[in-house]
Amino acid sequence: MSFESAIARLGGTSISVSSVEACSIAKGETLADTIRVVSGYADAIVIRHPKEGAARLAAEFAHVPVINAGDGAGQHPSQTLLDLYTIRQSMPIDGIDVALVGDLRYGRTAHSLASALSLYGVRLHTISPKGLELPSSLVETLSAKGMEIIEHDEITDVIGQVDVLYVTRIQRERFPDSTSYFNVASSYRITPELLASAKEHLIVLHPLPRVDEIDPRVDALPHARYFEQSRNGVPVRMAMLLRVMA
Amino acid sequence: MKSDISTVDHEREDLLVRRIKNGTVIDHIEAGEALNVVKILGITGSTAESLSIATNVMSGQMGKKDIVKLSNRELSKEDVNRIALISPKATINIIRNFKVFQKKGVEIPTLIEGSVRCPNPGCISNTNEPITSKFAVLPNGLRCLYCDSVITKDLTSHII
Repeated sequence: MSFESAIARLGGTSISVSSVEACSIAKGETLADTIRVVSGYADAIVIRHPKEGAARLAAEFAHVPVINAGDGAGQHPSQTLLDLYTIRQSMPIDGIDVALVGDLRYGRTAHSLASALSLYGVRLHTISPKGLELPSSLVETLSAKGMEIIEHDEITDVIGQVDVLYVTRIQRERFPDSTSYFNVASSYRITPELLASAKEHLIVLHPLPRVDEIDPRVDALPHARYFEQSRNGVPVRMAMLLRVMA
Repeated sequence: MKSDISTVDHEREDLLVRRIKNGTVIDHIEAGEALNVVKILGITGSTAESLSIATNVMSGQMGKKDIVKLSNRELSKEDVNRIALISPKATINIIRNFKVFQKKGVEIPTLIEGSVRCPNPGCISNTNEPITSKFAVLPNGLRCLYCDSVITKDLTSHII
């Protein structure tokens, strides 16, 4: 939706295919063919797809610029640009401490953000349920670049040290039953009580939508920046579209 | 150029595996990897090549090694480089009229295309899309150029 808003504000129009049923993919068409066809209809393609690497495939077959708006559990680079922009509004990014909380294995926003933060000398703290840790290949790649990545069991272990708390959704389907999910999810919940021991300038970000990860009482605290972050998606995506089509 | 496949030691191997008139002899394959070399070359029972395989042959340099002899097929540079992934010390001897026409080592390529399957079931390269898998070769493994999955262990089990 934010990409549609961005192109509309730039004076352009968009053609949205929001479901498989609405296009030829339902008839068995490959993504490659869909992209070739859509390349003739549009000046740029913004793609969100359930398979990892779909945007890279699209870029191979498209005759127009392709923007990855999320590929499975892979990457979400446009979200990362607006995340960086939101952090930058509050503090310089270089050398800060950032905590990633939640499902870091399947959370594509966390993957892209971690990669981008490695360019800024950021110290990364990760807090995630067992089995949902940041992929080891990504940890190895980022560590090889010199990024310090510290794994913690509890948010309370690190809440007093970090400048940014980046919270992601823990999905119910990752757990065998509802009880396991609620037990885990509740232990990663951000509350005003938890934030009482945070640095004064700490900001809480979330790519949204949230479910139970952040207590609604946090919304009123100065730490809460996730709605501002969401709003920033529009100008950042306007800039991206202008950049690729200029 | 003289190949050690024609030395006295190897004459004994020739008792097990006959000399070939034309084709390729892949020598100094790591012991036990010959079948994977054949697999990575895409040679199956239904392909036209005549094939001989010797495994766990005594070798002065390596202790034990495998040898693959392939009649009437000269390996391309791309084929040779794919072998490097699983047996970097292998040597390739192109045979013409029973003589070694050319001998070369294998070079580890920077890109592997089409011969390795991505281990990530969610990767777009594991669908019916008209693409072949592509991997960048890293010092410690392979990285899928579509989904960034990295293979560091048991590479042969991912060979298509």
